[in-house]
Amino acid sequence: MEQPMKHRRKEPQNLHELGVGQCGVVTEIRSTGAMKRRLVDMGITPGTTVYVRKVAPLGDPIQINLRGYELLVRGSEAREILIRTGV
Amino acid sequence: MPYKAALVGNPNSGKTSLFNDLTGSNQYVGNWPGVTVEKKSGFTAGKEFEVVDLPGIYSLSPYTMEEIVTRDFIIDQHPDVLVNIVDGTNIERNLYLTLQVLELSIPTVVAVNMIDQVRGGGGDIDCDRLSAQLGVPVIPISAKTGYHVDKVMKTAKKLAGTNWRAEDVVRYDSASRQMLHEIVSILADYCDDSDRLLFYAGKLVEQDENILRRLKLPEEAIQAVDRIVALFLSKAEYGDRETVMADIRYRYIEKLVAGSVKKPENSGALSTTDKIDKVLTNRFLAIPIFFLIIFLMFGITFGPVGTFLQDCVDYLFNDILAPAVSRLLLIANAPDWTHSLLVDAVIGGVGGILTFVPQITLLFMFLSFLEDSGYMARAAFIMDKIMRKFGLSGKSFIPMLMGFGCTTPAVMAARSLENEKDRNLTIMLTPFMSCGARMPIYALFAGVFFEDNREIVVFSMYILGMAVAVLSGILLSKTVFRGVFSPFVLELPQYHMPSFRAIMLRTWEKSKGFIIKAGTIIFAMSVVVWFFQNFDASFQMVSNSGDSMLGQLGKWIAGLFAPLGFGTWQAAVSILTGLVAKESVVSTMNVLYADGGSISAALSQVFTPLSAYAFMAFTLLYMPCISAFATIRREMNSMKWALATALYQTGVAYLVSLLIFQVGSFVTGML
Repeated sequence: MEQPMKHRRKEPQNLHELGVGQCGVVTEIRSTGAMKRRLVDMGITPGTTVYVRKVAPLGDPIQINLRGYELLVRGSEAREILIRTGV
Repeated sequence: MPYKAALVGNPNSGKTSLFNDLTGSNQYVGNWPGVTVEKKSGFTAGKEFEVVDLPGIYSLSPYTMEEIVTRDFIIDQHPDVLVNIVDGTNIERNLYLTLQVLELSIPTVVAVNMIDQVRGGGGDIDCDRLSAQLGVPVIPISAKTGYHVDKVMKTAKKLAGTNWRAEDVVRYDSASRQMLHEIVSILADYCDDSDRLLFYAGKLVEQDENILRRLKLPEEAIQAVDRIVALFLSKAEYGDRETVMADIRYRYIEKLVAGSVKKPENSGALSTTDKIDKVLTNRFLAIPIFFLIIFLMFGITFGPVGTFLQDCVDYLFNDILAPAVSRLLLIANAPDWTHSLLVDAVIGGVGGILTFVPQITLLFMFLSFLEDSGYMARAAFIMDKIMRKFGLSGKSFIPMLMGFGCTTPAVMAARSLENEKDRNLTIMLTPFMSCGARMPIYALFAGVFFEDNREIVVFSMYILGMAVAVLSGILLSKTVFRGVFSPFVLELPQYHMPSFRAIMLRTWEKSKGFIIKAGTIIFAMSVVVWFFQNFDASFQMVSNSGDSMLGQLGKWIAGLFAPLGFGTWQAAVSILTGLVAKESVVSTMNVLYADGGSISAALSQVFTPLSAYAFMAFTLLYMPCISAFATIRREMNSMKWALATALYQTGVAYLVSLLIFQVGSFVTGML
């Protein structure tokens, strides 16, 4: 059944917009240079499913789960990781 | 000759535990040449192997000192065998490094650690199958219990020194394999290091600057490689050139893992770590718990327990050793200067420094526990947002806070920062945190000049130190450390109970380093300072240190302090002796000013409240004592950096003091 309009929210576009407890599939990493390399080295490659576990008490960084382990990423980096939700 | 083995693996993979298992207490800790990356090596029982513990890394990319050190060591030093330790509970990401290591064509044993934990959770890893696919021995182990650790070294012994080629083993998918082999065949014409070709090929795809420099390929070869990569990227859906190798490897790992790893049955349920984190990183509880932990650690180290132990050491030196030596010298009818040298300088100086040993030991027991248990990463998670504002990372918080106790162990605590920039900046800022030894100076001056608001004035010193640290952090990270790559992409490891032995080994290592330093550099510096304090320029011993070379120097530089409001030679000499230990400022002033009378009366004639405040600010901020300075040099592994740090601190002290006195004088003049 389709949700009523007022409950429908804008689909999250990047990892930062994903709420706690939500999953997304990485589509693109916008960061550049060493940071981009570090992110893919840690396993954030296109096609990887990422789950947002927690937000730090002060609102940043965020704790994500991917490939069976937990990783901390700052909001500024999470914004550069584009994702899609749903299947 | 023992075989040379090297341990490689991710941080938190249990590498240090395995290293301790293999070498026992038979290990040496130092630095890799030219960088502040810790180097550990040791011998296995029976001296069959010399084992080098390489830094914990996630990848062989060229972006951190740790990664570069590891790469260069493997390529240039040719260990006979590599032991790659892999965390079985986090195998996907750990195998990413394994694949890169295998490309180097060094005989390798893969040890899958924490197999007991994997099996305990109902999962399993088919190591035989994994071994068949990777083309190297794969052994399930538990570094914690010692399970199969001997088997790793037996296998390593069989492999050591054998020859094999990565191209025959590292498979990936067929398209990627073909691309890499084409690059290898181009490289074969230009490069003598035929065993490392597959590794270089992958690095050329990634456009790794270090490797490009190393290989010195002609332009046409680089263009040929570029064409091969472009063609591959146009055919496959692999994203861009920077990430393509990572993508190829992770896709291959997914295939490996799908066939060989059985995930734990209860993978949906909460793990122990999740349950602990429900409390420790809880939105509301995290910060209070963090401060409670800090408070406990601080309270025990610098509070009653630490102070009691410190007093014991002090008693040993000043009340037992010093009188004993005095008596001996008296009996031997030795000249006065030997008494002054041995008792005052050597026993007083070195003993004074050794009184820090109990506190350093306690502090490092706590810090090792926090680090090994996995809490340190949580502390970074909790504090990162605040610390980032002045160019640091969440992990800088603990060392800086320790600075309120004693600068020396605080600087040593900065080792827990993986990143060189964050570590150096933390070390530079920690001395601005007002340490315990500065308290007597505040107590003396606040007592004489600010009797009515003593607490506020002393408290303002602490605030001033923090403010200077924050401003310096912002300034330095935008200038000296500008553009330095310091990623905060941090793994949150699972909690586990650290082993007693590991904590003791680490604590001993730190204390030993400090004791050695106290016995060498600090000993030498104490003697030098003693000499200048007790002799004049014609090498005659003086009874009044005002006549000594140090006193002369004080008289020379006193003029420098006139704009700060305290241009007397006594103040200058006190500042100089404060370099030995900051509390010496007070004892020197007692000698130079009091002259048998009351120090408060003498001080109130020379200082005004304003110049007293400027003096307090100066002693707070100028370069720390020699013990801290020697530690800074050691931890930064560079005399140049240590001197620059001391110069910066002294410069800041001068400016702030100048500002306080001049602006203060101006304002009081207006009133």
